[in-house]
Amino acid sequence: MVQAAPAPNSYRAMPDARGHFGLYGGRFVAETLMPLILDLEQAYRDARQDPSFQAELDYFLAHYVGRPSPLYFAERLTAHCGGAKVYFKRDELNHTGAHKINNCMGQILLARRMGKRRIIAETGAGQHGVATATVAARFGLPCTIYMGATDIERQAPNVFRMKLLGAEVVPVTSGSRTLKDAMNEALRDWVTRVDETFYIIGTVAGPHPYPAMVRDFQAVIGTEARAQMLEAEGRLPDSLVACIGGGSNAMGLFYPFLDDPGIAIHGVEAAGHGIETGAHAASLAAGRPGVLHGNRTYLLQDADGQILEAHSISAGLDYPGIGPEHAWLHDVGRVHYHSVTDDEALAAFRLCAEIEGIIPALEPSHALAQVLKMAPALPSDHLLLMNLCGRGDKDIFTVAKALGVSL
Amino acid sequence: MSKLRIDARFAALKAAGRPGLITFVMAGDPDGDSFEAILAALPGAGADLIEIGMPFTDPMADGPAIQAGGLRALAGGQTMVKTLAQVDRFRARDQATPIILMGYYNPIYAYGVERFLADAKGAGVDGLIIVDLPPEEDDELCLPAIAADLAFVRLATPTTDDRRLPTVLTNTGGFVYYVSITGITGAASPQAADVAAAVGRLKRHTDLPVAVGFGIRTAEQAAAIAATADAAVVGSAVVSLIAEAAADGLRGKVLAERIAGFIATLAAGVRAVARAA
Repeated sequence: MVQAAPAPNSYRAMPDARGHFGLYGGRFVAETLMPLILDLEQAYRDARQDPSFQAELDYFLAHYVGRPSPLYFAERLTAHCGGAKVYFKRDELNHTGAHKINNCMGQILLARRMGKRRIIAETGAGQHGVATATVAARFGLPCTIYMGATDIERQAPNVFRMKLLGAEVVPVTSGSRTLKDAMNEALRDWVTRVDETFYIIGTVAGPHPYPAMVRDFQAVIGTEARAQMLEAEGRLPDSLVACIGGGSNAMGLFYPFLDDPGIAIHGVEAAGHGIETGAHAASLAAGRPGVLHGNRTYLLQDADGQILEAHSISAGLDYPGIGPEHAWLHDVGRVHYHSVTDDEALAAFRLCAEIEGIIPALEPSHALAQVLKMAPALPSDHLLLMNLCGRGDKDIFTVAKALGVSL
Repeated sequence: MSKLRIDARFAALKAAGRPGLITFVMAGDPDGDSFEAILAALPGAGADLIEIGMPFTDPMADGPAIQAGGLRALAGGQTMVKTLAQVDRFRARDQATPIILMGYYNPIYAYGVERFLADAKGAGVDGLIIVDLPPEEDDELCLPAIAADLAFVRLATPTTDDRRLPTVLTNTGGFVYYVSITGITGAASPQAADVAAAVGRLKRHTDLPVAVGFGIRTAEQAAAIAATADAAVVGSAVVSLIAEAAADGLRGKVLAERIAGFIATLAAGVRAVARAA
């Protein structure tokens, strides 16, 4: 549908000054928010150039989040596949159980720097909501989390966790009552209390500078993994695999490797019940470019530009769009995008628990399912690195239901 | 012709020595025929200009009333093609009342910008208000719209400071829509004194008429706001009334008469504000 552009000199030079990744990205927001978006962009630019900001972030990442996360050789999974040597980047071991807190820590330090007095966020699976509520509690800022009413039902443990952390969880009953509607409601809150509020967006989407800023805060994943792989194997990995909803864990892993031409990079979207059924969340595979939530990207939409509801067993992938940088990397062909069904992800989830003793979240179970497809055909000296971006404690009720087990 | 129709209407209001009333209705709400009956009744009831919402599944700057209006329309099968056809039929009967389409960019982007502008112009649309296209994205639709002789009406808000105002006013046509509160449509009501100060500030930067909206629900509020501006916009209150009347089973001409009665009270409030021509 979209013609591939010639390969750029660097895949790491985006976005441009207006926040565009090729055709994608931008700042499609109401005028009320525009002055704030410009302030945020300036504040972020200043913070990046301030060594004391980075030092403070590094301190909290090390002592509060628990970074660096380990690089782990999944020996039994490797033997099971009988091909590539499979490594996990263990971001599920972070405080709060996923990669989400890397970004939340960066943004809350920025919020403090900007003198904001109140934090809001949207959440789907609840991982970003928990991470946001956590950093808000740590820094003593009141926090409101918008969450679709449907997601509140299927992610009850995370809802309770957020409340324990002192956050107000607001059920969103408009639209499809899931992540996209939670994002609409958070934007409505922001537009109403714009001066005092900092909106911590949880993925590499939204108006510029969010996609670049969230990527930068998550790039700690790939930066660490580079050094760890050099230490473990004396060379860089041959391929990378990560799951994608909005795509923040994937951008975090991929970004530091984009300009290494020998490294194959694979993103995995959620195919839900199967692309052909229409019940999926694969915006690259089955969507087309459109504008939603402040950016242009691939969206699941009908012929009239109305947004369709996504489906995935994983609430964290259940979103009808994708970060604009992924849309661009897809079009220019630097990253290969695949899709994995609910059933394939469930099978990978169970296998990982049984042979590695790690219960992964349903989101990276999609990445693992892709690894299981690729690894057997690859040679034994092929280094395959997968981002295990979250742990599965939050998903046990969903998985039990899918397996017909009552707890 | 398009921009001229908006300009001519504001010139006529000025000559008559009174502010204008702008009403917002959602295309296809609660159904296509009822919407057309409402639309046809608006000018006679006292609407000087008409904003027509283009329904969208994810209206991030709208409150519950207009969200629900859009979803009712979509549930009834409303599409952009239908919206433009409805405007076209209205225009065949009324060549004077300006029509401004209001909504979000994605349905236009999906329709195709060039095709949309040609079809909107052909249907007799005079201007566009697109909530999620700030000046930073002017090359998307604003500049092509101006080239197609459609006014691109910009929103100015309480957060639009003097530093930014010139950016917002560049390429703005027809009138400036001042959003009187920071917030979503149909939420808190504005304070007339704050609005007067804001309109005064806008007037120092532009010769365009200034319309004020968001949160105006009654004839008294409309009159108070109109006293300080060139026009008052009433949206959520109209859409809420359509929802109530539709829930009572009213449709078509009967529903249109109910809505026209409310518009007439708003118009009476606004028209009571006489000022020196």
